[in-house]
Amino acid sequence: MRRYVIIGTGVAGISAAEVIRSQDTSGEILLIGDEPYGYYSRPGLAYFLTNEIPQQLLFPYSKKDFTNLNIQSLRARVIKIYPNDQLIETHSGDKIHYDQLLIAVGAAAAVPKIPGIDLTGVVKLDNLKDARSIIKLTGKARKAVVVGGGITALELVEGFRARGVKTHYLLRRDRFWGSVLDETESKIVEQRLIGEGVKIHYHTEVEKILGKRGRVSGVSIGDGKIIKCRLVGVAIGIKPRTRLAENAGIQTDRGILVNEFLQTNFPNIYAAGDITQVFDPFTGKTIIDSLWVPARLQGQTAGLNMTGQNVPYIKGVAFNVTRLAGLTTTIIGSVGRGADEDLVSIVRGDSETWRRIPDALVRQSKDKDSRLRLMLGENTILGAVMMGDQTLYQYLQPIISKQIDISPIREQLLQPNLPIGNIIIGFCSKRNLQLAV
Amino acid sequence: MGIRGIFQGKPSHRKALADGYVIPDSFRCVQCGICTYNCPIDLDVRRYAWLGSPINNSHCLTCGECVARCPRGVLRFGRLSDITQQHLGERNT
Repeated sequence: MRRYVIIGTGVAGISAAEVIRSQDTSGEILLIGDEPYGYYSRPGLAYFLTNEIPQQLLFPYSKKDFTNLNIQSLRARVIKIYPNDQLIETHSGDKIHYDQLLIAVGAAAAVPKIPGIDLTGVVKLDNLKDARSIIKLTGKARKAVVVGGGITALELVEGFRARGVKTHYLLRRDRFWGSVLDETESKIVEQRLIGEGVKIHYHTEVEKILGKRGRVSGVSIGDGKIIKCRLVGVAIGIKPRTRLAENAGIQTDRGILVNEFLQTNFPNIYAAGDITQVFDPFTGKTIIDSLWVPARLQGQTAGLNMTGQNVPYIKGVAFNVTRLAGLTTTIIGSVGRGADEDLVSIVRGDSETWRRIPDALVRQSKDKDSRLRLMLGENTILGAVMMGDQTLYQYLQPIISKQIDISPIREQLLQPNLPIGNIIIGFCSKRNLQLAV
Repeated sequence: MGIRGIFQGKPSHRKALADGYVIPDSFRCVQCGICTYNCPIDLDVRRYAWLGSPINNSHCLTCGECVARCPRGVLRFGRLSDITQQHLGERNT
């Protein structure tokens, strides 16, 4: 009987386990992780913070579901992998044999080097433990400061506000998430935050986090200015947790390097999820996504290959849907422009590919709280950002991911007064192009 | 809701009441559970969304709570013809 060991209890690990069980009904599946709460919806933490769901709703699987899948779970920290002996060692000294191993330990929040970063009241939003700690701290805090960028920073800002904490959001430059959003999109998000009572400070950096008796009392922001606060939320990016793999001689770069079958340089060791650096056919480079869908697909693909199949992982266009200051927002393909000084690395819900845009034209459409930005290439649509109304998603997703030739409508899309929604839907209807359910 | 209220919903909702399905796009779902939490009859809508299956439980009211509350636009009302045959099993049996 084959033993499959999966290190990591996030969506990549769970997806792999599900697929392995569908292919191998008798093999032993062992899911190991140091996450005390096991598998839960990491993106759901944002809505737990805003009080839209209770904690128990974060768990999509019950114990019974795991029993039905015949998956064993072990809460342990894996401290070493012995690839030549096909063994892993846990923090308690247990050595466990594997036939096939998946590393899906994800990424951890990057920590900025700011004096005072270790004070009580400095928080990140990496996991459920962090979210619970934030909720506890917001019970006493009246003021908070958030530094960083991207989705996680916004989740902290919105979480604090939803819990009645006056929030200051510090941006190093002149706008929010400048590496992915354009000026108007950033402005829409910022205006909505301001409308919710958030105070945004542009061109502002934290010099030092101030404390009293080990607890946060404020931040100094230069020129002698101080913002008093009891909470400091930090979201400057994430770093794949590669140390375990590096120590085992597994090839890494920014993440674990894998071939098209998600195999590492050891044939029976695979990697999936935020820790994995995969080949991107659109750019010809290896990249890291910190996105739910690729993590799920990579887990499924690795799982299939661990059971003996040879299924390549073909990276699609980067795609994420999220909520930015209350607006449902979909980001597909190449949309960004480069660096963001609020971040030191990729953030959760982010893809390195979004920043690599070739020459493209931007076509914009406005309709109250809805906005659509299309990145037009020579004959294709390279990317899109949809804020608010999501109707066109089901049409644009196949157009962008399949690199459909849009030359018949390209000129129309560039006309300022034509309804681009109707043009796109008409184009897709004629070609039977629509996302399948 | 009074009798007049039936005619005050969005056109897509009225259409769904006639045709009958809430359709998920599993690619957009992150399993946050807001849909399940807000379902007035406690259907595990999230499970359907994860599997990419229409909410083909005969108890579904197509009330639209899950559609309206989903923060990621996973759910929408769809016509019967939008749904592929393999997903119709539960309702047809």
